[in-house]
Amino acid sequence: MTKATHQPLSGRPAQGAFLHRFANPGRFLRLSRWLFPALCAFSGVFLAIGLVWALLFSPADWQQGDAVRIMYLHVPMAILASAGYATLAVCGVLSLVWKHPLADLAAVEIGPVGAVVTALCLLTGAFWGKPMWGAWWVWDARLTSVLVLFFLYLGHIALIQAFDDPQRGYRAAAVLAIAGVIDLPIIKFSVTWWNTLHQPDSITLTHAPTMPSSMLLPLSLCMIGFATGFAALVTGRLKAAIIETRAQQMLTRRARPLSESA
Amino acid sequence: MTVPSSTGTSRHSPEPQGSRHKRRMTRKSRRLWLVLACLGCFAVATGLVLNAFSSSIVFFMAPSQVLKAPPASDRVIRLGGMVVAGSLRRSLEGQTPINQFEVTDGQAAIDVRYEGILPDLFREGQSVVALGTYRGGSAFIASEVLAKHDETYMPKEVAAALQRSGKWDPRFGKPPSSESLNSMARGATGGSNGR
Repeated sequence: MTKATHQPLSGRPAQGAFLHRFANPGRFLRLSRWLFPALCAFSGVFLAIGLVWALLFSPADWQQGDAVRIMYLHVPMAILASAGYATLAVCGVLSLVWKHPLADLAAVEIGPVGAVVTALCLLTGAFWGKPMWGAWWVWDARLTSVLVLFFLYLGHIALIQAFDDPQRGYRAAAVLAIAGVIDLPIIKFSVTWWNTLHQPDSITLTHAPTMPSSMLLPLSLCMIGFATGFAALVTGRLKAAIIETRAQQMLTRRARPLSESA
Repeated sequence: MTVPSSTGTSRHSPEPQGSRHKRRMTRKSRRLWLVLACLGCFAVATGLVLNAFSSSIVFFMAPSQVLKAPPASDRVIRLGGMVVAGSLRRSLEGQTPINQFEVTDGQAAIDVRYEGILPDLFREGQSVVALGTYRGGSAFIASEVLAKHDETYMPKEVAAALQRSGKWDPRFGKPPSSESLNSMARGATGGSNGR
């Protein structure tokens, strides 16, 4: 930030313009007019191919058998739960620092979608854990830190609606979203920092995946499908929220002269 | 004191029009640094707390840890490690199956006795976590046994082919990595500990 002030030509105004472009709800509405159906179609195609491949044609694991197919739901949900929360925190920073109205609306709309995804991650994990480990739930570091993430989402949803003045709710929820980011590295590294019942990551940046491509490819397709589906849900909800805000503004503007004349 | 429309309340006295833009930018960057500093402090605090409690965050203890610092015989702990190949003895007492096996982390081994049905994934060479009490010596009485599978996935046919060709015995550690499967250069990658 401070560096940018030394480059008046390219740095500061360009950055302002860049942020301003996305802070503009009207521009987002125009963008979402094609982005929303595009994301829906993209997600539908990838999920159709990926899920059929994963659930019907991918090989069964040598020791887990067909139960390994829960992975194709569980892993995308787990990644999206963390990624969704990271987006929520970015919205929090944009809201606290730059006061973007769109960031506040986005935080309102991302919260419930992220909470549902986290709940699905925990549920599919339980359905996977019972037949494989022999327990629906254990209090190991990975499972507990994801449960904390779920409560962070619930707290965010509750907090953002807890005040009569929406601006105060936005600010409080943004603080919670930013503070909760600490949980994300804990989730990610819980399986390497402490010994857990949950297995370590199969797909990492540093090592080759410990999974054959006959499982990795359908998993990737499902991952892309669910991720674009998440983006489509958030875009659609955000679009509806902006339209709703505008409609309310119009109604209050129209109602005022009537009430004054009465 | 004037209240600017969108940038929040100003704690500074009104300034000349020329420096207004610059002042607004520095206020934003100050807010950004404040947020980052708070996050940094919070991260350090969380890190210290987690570090202080790291011994209670671990889900299980390895056999060498248990032997080094034996817990009280009435304290319920979790023992984790790999089931030693050839150590499983099954018997029946009435209707209850009695399972006895050794759990190792590569440095020490402890005898585990468990009454009940073992999970499907239980086998020699598999990692397990046993909940129970340590009774001194190398005796551990388990009330619950969980199977811990690793991060390696492999199609049934590949695993069967590997075992048939003698390149890998699941009782002795992890299967060969997919890289070595492709090159077929190495065999099994030796027995690793509880992971």
